[in-house]
Amino acid sequence: MDYKVLITWLIPLLPLSGWLLWGLFGKYFKGYSGYFASLFVAASFILSVILFIIVSYSHGFTSTLYPWIHAANFKVGISAVIDRLSVVMLVMVTGVSTIVHVYSIGYMKGDKGFSRYFSFLNLFVFSMIMLVISNNLLLLYVFWEAVGFCSYILIGFWYEKKSASDAGKKAFIVNRVGDVGFAIGIFLLFATTGTLNYEAVFKMIPMIPVFTTTVIALLLFVGAIGKSAQLPLHIWLPDAMEGPTPVSALIHAATMVTAGIYMIARFHIIFSYSPVASEVVLTIGTLSAFFAAFIALTQFDIKRIIAYSTISQLGYMFMAVGIGSYTAGIFHLISHAIFKGLLFLTAGSVMHALAGELDLRKMGGLYSKMKVTAITFIVGALALSGIPPFSGFFSKDAILADTYNKGFYFAWVIGELAAFMTAFYIFRLIFLAFFGKSNLDSKVHAHESSKMMTIPLIIMASLAVIVGFLGVPPFNTSIFYNFLHVDFKNAYNFSPFVENAPWYLLSLVSVLAGLSGIFAAYLLYIRKVVMPEWLKSAFKPIYALSYNKLYVDEIYDFLIIKPLFVLFNFLWKIVDVSVIDGAVNGVASSFAFFSVKVKKIQNGMLMSYILTLSIGVAALLFYYFIR
Amino acid sequence: MNDYLIVASAIFCIGALGVLTRKNLIIIFMSLELMFNAANLGFVAVSDYLHLINGDIFVIFVMVVAAAEAAVALGIAIAFFREKGTIDIDKANELKY
Repeated sequence: MDYKVLITWLIPLLPLSGWLLWGLFGKYFKGYSGYFASLFVAASFILSVILFIIVSYSHGFTSTLYPWIHAANFKVGISAVIDRLSVVMLVMVTGVSTIVHVYSIGYMKGDKGFSRYFSFLNLFVFSMIMLVISNNLLLLYVFWEAVGFCSYILIGFWYEKKSASDAGKKAFIVNRVGDVGFAIGIFLLFATTGTLNYEAVFKMIPMIPVFTTTVIALLLFVGAIGKSAQLPLHIWLPDAMEGPTPVSALIHAATMVTAGIYMIARFHIIFSYSPVASEVVLTIGTLSAFFAAFIALTQFDIKRIIAYSTISQLGYMFMAVGIGSYTAGIFHLISHAIFKGLLFLTAGSVMHALAGELDLRKMGGLYSKMKVTAITFIVGALALSGIPPFSGFFSKDAILADTYNKGFYFAWVIGELAAFMTAFYIFRLIFLAFFGKSNLDSKVHAHESSKMMTIPLIIMASLAVIVGFLGVPPFNTSIFYNFLHVDFKNAYNFSPFVENAPWYLLSLVSVLAGLSGIFAAYLLYIRKVVMPEWLKSAFKPIYALSYNKLYVDEIYDFLIIKPLFVLFNFLWKIVDVSVIDGAVNGVASSFAFFSVKVKKIQNGMLMSYILTLSIGVAALLFYYFIR
Repeated sequence: MNDYLIVASAIFCIGALGVLTRKNLIIIFMSLELMFNAANLGFVAVSDYLHLINGDIFVIFVMVVAAAEAAVALGIAIAFFREKGTIDIDKANELKY
């Protein structure tokens, strides 16, 4: 076998075998399954890097491991497409997974589901790798569902806790709503083009009517909305924080939730040939970026703040792919995966130190007690706020600059506003948690986490600084752009550049937005120029709107869950109990009723038998004669 | 010809009425024999009328079977009498639901 092919298939197969090993024989490995699992994923990571180097010096290829379905003209294989987009994703997925695995060894130490945890984490890594490298829509859909399943099972990892298992179910069900759209989109695409292979599909896209393309693109996007937690299907992500924190870092920040962006980037041909669908992507992305940041302003649960921040940042990525700047979107995806993973891992470290405490009001003054965590958190926060030279500055700026230069001024303004709010809420979190006076529970003894946890944090933090320089502005000449852009050269250019504003001016606006957000948080929570309580009462309706998460859960409860509840109660109490059960029981009891009557005939009296017999014979004869 | 058949059906009806109305097992058997013989009479009458021998042969068979049947029936009557101490047909009412 060709060595490239061997490497390609070893990358997913290592975590897969890990899943089987820890899943089946976990108890024999005891506490070592974590180390072995990390080793397997690290091997995958090294192979991904090798593949990355191979692809960057030669060209992409496809390889089929196994012809899965062969029926007449319909051919679907377990096959991989290895091009620049997929190797970038592979390196990111396996890299972040490796760090999270190592971190998890420290975080999950002593948990009774230790091996189970690593088994499902490995299964997730396998599914995500397959999602990234699959070269047809059917395989993509299979692993699209598989990552959703892993997410479900890891959110509900502590299944004894009702809120955790409920959150798992919620994530699964909300994702189902999106996936139905995704599945219909795939059906429609197959009905239109007759194939599911990426290359073949993309060749046909320019030939099919724009309206059909738009419908397909929108349906596929519905799937992306569900998976990437965009408005209005974002409600599962904040609840998903019930799972172990490393899971949040890996699945709900770095990898699975970005599958939607990856999918659109992979299907850039479909989306770029339908400007309407792209417009919708842009709108949803912008709204999510803004409103998620708005909600995050007033939350008190540190993990939920970061979760809303993830929704908001994913919104930026959708903005990027919605205006046709696929490279910028993927760049933000990569840098976000690192700094958001870092923020989650540090939040996990804080939780670990405070025995699971998540409420900001019960923290404060942690800086002196856990310096490594605090500093790495601040690095992540600066990256998130878009302050140079941290990675978020370069990637978010690439998106916002493109938005402006392509003439989407309104989206640009909203984006900058969201950037301001982003900086505000994340520094509000820092000031409340790490500085100021301590509101800790006296029983809790805050301490720095073990080396097993802090070293991954330091690695992630340094990556958050380094990665940004791959996309030094102006983005169109940067290393990352030059590397990845070749994959998107076939996209239809539906939104050409209309402006040519110098990048430093646009960056200045973004940096100012970020800095003013930080400064506002500083004034409010450190200097206490204005008491937050005063602001709260002054802007009561707005505060309530943000604090109650725009009432989305309540609206769904009222519009969907309540009517369904009434409907199903009706179906249960009226239709099922009286109609269906009534019919079944009615048939049975009517037979019982008549049989009681009929059995009287068999009375044991010989004479009556003979009489009946004679009457019968006479009747037959009579009938015979008159016929 | 007609006279023979009228007599035969008259005897058959008498026998059938006897079977239906009497309660004594022996009387019922006797009535049954009447019905058999009414049928036999019909056979021989038609056989004579058509100058065929089939009916006569059939009558021999019927008589043989009737004799055997009478033997079995009397056996049942004796067994019934031993069981119940009577041969009243109304007492044979246990085979029911």
